[in-house]
Amino acid sequence: MLALHEEIPVVDPSTADGAFSLLWLIIALPLAGAAILLIGGALFPKALKVWGHVLGTLLPIGSFVISLVLFLQLMGRDEGDRQVVQHLYDWIQVGQLDVGMDLLYDPLTSLFLLLITGVGSLIHVYSIGYMEHDERRPRFFGYLNLFVAAMLMLVMSENYLGLFLGWEGVGLASYLLIGFWQHKHSAAAAAKKAFVINRVGDMGLSTAVMLAFVTFGSTSFTVISHSAGDADSDVMTAFGLLLLLGACGKSAQVPLQAWLLDAMEGPTPVSALIHAATMVTAGVYLVVRSNFIFELTDAARTAVVIVATVTLLWGAVIGCAKDDIKKALAGSTMSQIGYMMLGAGLGSAGYAFAIFHLLTHGFFKANMFLGAGSVMHGMNDDVDMRHYGALRKMLPVTFLTFAMGYLAIIGFPGFSGFWSKDKIIEVALAENPVVGVCALLGAGITGFYMTRLMLMTFFTEERWEKDVHPHESPKVMTIPLIVLAALSVLGGLMLAGGWIEEWLEPVTGFTEEADPAIPALAVTGIAILVVAAGVATAIALVGRREVPREAPQDVSLVTRAARADIYGDAINDGLVVEPSRQLTTGLVTLDTSVIDKVFTGGATTVSAIGVVLRRLQNGFVRSYAASILGGVLLVVLALLAVNLA
Amino acid sequence: MTEYVVLSAILFTIGATGVLVRRNAIVVFMCVELMLNACNLAFVAFARQHGNLDGQIAAFFVMVVAAAEVVVGLAIIMTIFRTRRSASVDDASLLKY
Amino acid sequence: MIAFWVLAPVMVLAALGILFVRKAVHAALLLAVVMISLAVLYAVLEAPFLFAVQIIVYTGAILMLFLFVLMLVGVDASDSVVETIRGQRALAALGGLALGLILVIGVGQMSLGPVFGLDVANRGGNIEGLANILFSRYVVAFEVTSALLITAALGAMVLAHRERLTPKPTQADLAAATVKAYAESGAHPGALPAPGVFARHNAVDTPALLPDGTPSELSVSRTLMARGVVRTPPRDVERHLEQNDPANDRADSRADSRADDRGGDQ
Repeated sequence: MLALHEEIPVVDPSTADGAFSLLWLIIALPLAGAAILLIGGALFPKALKVWGHVLGTLLPIGSFVISLVLFLQLMGRDEGDRQVVQHLYDWIQVGQLDVGMDLLYDPLTSLFLLLITGVGSLIHVYSIGYMEHDERRPRFFGYLNLFVAAMLMLVMSENYLGLFLGWEGVGLASYLLIGFWQHKHSAAAAAKKAFVINRVGDMGLSTAVMLAFVTFGSTSFTVISHSAGDADSDVMTAFGLLLLLGACGKSAQVPLQAWLLDAMEGPTPVSALIHAATMVTAGVYLVVRSNFIFELTDAARTAVVIVATVTLLWGAVIGCAKDDIKKALAGSTMSQIGYMMLGAGLGSAGYAFAIFHLLTHGFFKANMFLGAGSVMHGMNDDVDMRHYGALRKMLPVTFLTFAMGYLAIIGFPGFSGFWSKDKIIEVALAENPVVGVCALLGAGITGFYMTRLMLMTFFTEERWEKDVHPHESPKVMTIPLIVLAALSVLGGLMLAGGWIEEWLEPVTGFTEEADPAIPALAVTGIAILVVAAGVATAIALVGRREVPREAPQDVSLVTRAARADIYGDAINDGLVVEPSRQLTTGLVTLDTSVIDKVFTGGATTVSAIGVVLRRLQNGFVRSYAASILGGVLLVVLALLAVNLA
Repeated sequence: MTEYVVLSAILFTIGATGVLVRRNAIVVFMCVELMLNACNLAFVAFARQHGNLDGQIAAFFVMVVAAAEVVVGLAIIMTIFRTRRSASVDDASLLKY
Repeated sequence: MIAFWVLAPVMVLAALGILFVRKAVHAALLLAVVMISLAVLYAVLEAPFLFAVQIIVYTGAILMLFLFVLMLVGVDASDSVVETIRGQRALAALGGLALGLILVIGVGQMSLGPVFGLDVANRGGNIEGLANILFSRYVVAFEVTSALLITAALGAMVLAHRERLTPKPTQADLAAATVKAYAESGAHPGALPAPGVFARHNAVDTPALLPDGTPSELSVSRTLMARGVVRTPPRDVERHLEQNDPANDRADSRADSRADDRGGDQ
């Protein structure tokens, strides 16, 4: 029972003027930073080592400042006047395809810009300290700036093609950053895996772009949102499913989820920025932005809901069994994005909450990832939680900020995560009880594994390796932690007075659920109880018992499955990799033994004939004379035949 | 008339077979001469049949050329004989596979 | 016609003989038979010039050239009967038979039209007629043929030429070699005695007499000796003289004995 909105909002922007004419600068600053840092790395490397990271940080901060200014400007406008477009130049004009480089600024974009530039800048500051000992730091900042520029392009584009440009750009940046430590084979392999799996999703998005052109004659949101109502419903369903495929790739939803845990090979700031706060949320952005498509197709929305529900449970189960702190957090990210997609799939009732959860998740997940990086920094870059324990005394600031993030994610009342997750569970229960129950279950499991993580890292006894001296991180790393922790706590304010639903209504529309079966407060209560149960289980199983230093081998089937990412890799291998390999081997064999054999066989045949025929050349003049006689015979016969016939 | 041509054909065939069968180089050469003579006979017979002397001129030229050819050919055979001490055709069989 | 039907079998048999005889000289002679028969046939076919040229040039010059070379190469050279190349005899027989049959049958199928005869062409004489067309229509061929003949002669000279590899031994070298051979192996340094010297009979089959009166075997050909046709020289010369010339007086016999003394002294 997915509610259909009566009126789907259309994209109807006015031209940018005044302060909004600075829109392009938001993208241009980090893009320039990327250019300078990457090209300059070859031209003036020594200078870059000195101030490269500073430049790389200041430029995103500049973008943040402009985003903030524009956000305030937008707030000052009337509600119906909050969509602005800036046309930069005519990009592609081929035949009937006319794509412009247009930037759209509306409430949805404004929130994303603040998230990307704000959290991004904090992570840039953090990276100054985290990557201090890496001699390729300028290049790292270059890649980070490139990512920020591409992500900004993604959320600011007014048409699908520009979005796709940004989409591919963030994919590239992700590849470069995951494999930043190229000398590590595992990092290079993980980068490749991420890129390849993303490519599958990209096929969906690019096909959708082509479909848009064929159906609507344009890829612009304005044009499509105006004429979406006239299109064939099957086309709309196809469109929606293709967009979903693209979103699955980028947001690590089932079935394209296998790359996310491997992506933790990259440096921790990368995991925080790309694989927690921003890039992986691009899929959610895509679905929400395309609400004018999804509102018209039940089937696609149902698909979104199913994918989201499966993923939120999948990610949660994986997160329970991981001993690597970053992989546990990655499983958590997968699960939380499942929540966001669930919100987005529930239609106009849930878009706003999906975005709300996206923002709060950006705060607390980035916070926790940076905290994990801080812990690793103090533990000689060891990621195994079985070697942690009792770190709250040694790393007090990290512990406190991490705890804020932890409380937010489990949905402790009052913290930002509580408000956002709660709203999604409410909407889910109202729409479909099964989905709602799964969402509740997911919340409980979240409580379990996050508590397990906290206990193993900061509580329980010391299980440190020899010559590990845990120490707090420098200020350049802890200050971003503090800022993000504050946001994790206070982020819930966005819901105050229904501000966020109202703010996003011009873009997504909003439907209030009329008379839900279970009152909102009851849902909240049940949710808190479920989470508490999860937390208690974790304390009982992990906190009270001794944590073994080596992972125990005889564990339950579920644990084994969870350790193996619920056999996600095995499924991919079996369904895709192995058949492809067989096909390739088969084709190669076909090529060498059949097609090549035709040619080598021809050559062999000729040489075999030669071997037989050369016996004619026995060197004896008389046998040559016999051959001549044979020839003469033939000629005479021919002559006679011609002349007497 | 036909009988002369038939005789010429028979002589030619015998000469050809001789080239294939005999091993002494000089005898092979003699068989070649036999073939040439058979052709000469045909020429002369046809000259008489056609009623002009072109055939006889042709036969005449054949004789002249045969003479020149025999001179050079025998000189070659002799040279080979001097170096190899053998006049058998089968001995020069190095151009083989 | 009679000439034809007599000569044709002869020619064919002779030609077949060339195929089958073992000695090369016999083959040459059989070829001569074929060529002379051909000459007669030319005469029958109203080509008297060619008849003459065939005998003079072909049989007389070319065939003789063959025979000379045969003698140089070795008249005893004969082919063995065993065939070394596998299947050659069969192929040759098959090929020959096939060719012969095809040619004969083909010729038999042809209708050659009426025989014009050479009465008109030979009206001024066969040689004049030939000369007429030779020096008008075929003059270029004639010139080219002359060049060919010159080339052939030169070629033969070049091919038959033997380059001296060592310097020609002079008289002094030859003399020194003779004396050296005498010194080493006692070979006789002088020339061989001529037959009949001091034997009063200079036939080839009478051996010369050595100073002690015995016949010298070196003076007659070994071939004659092998044949056993060598005569014994007269042993008692004086008795032979007295017996044959009773009119000679004592003065002659004194002069003879004085001459003998002198001859003996000398």
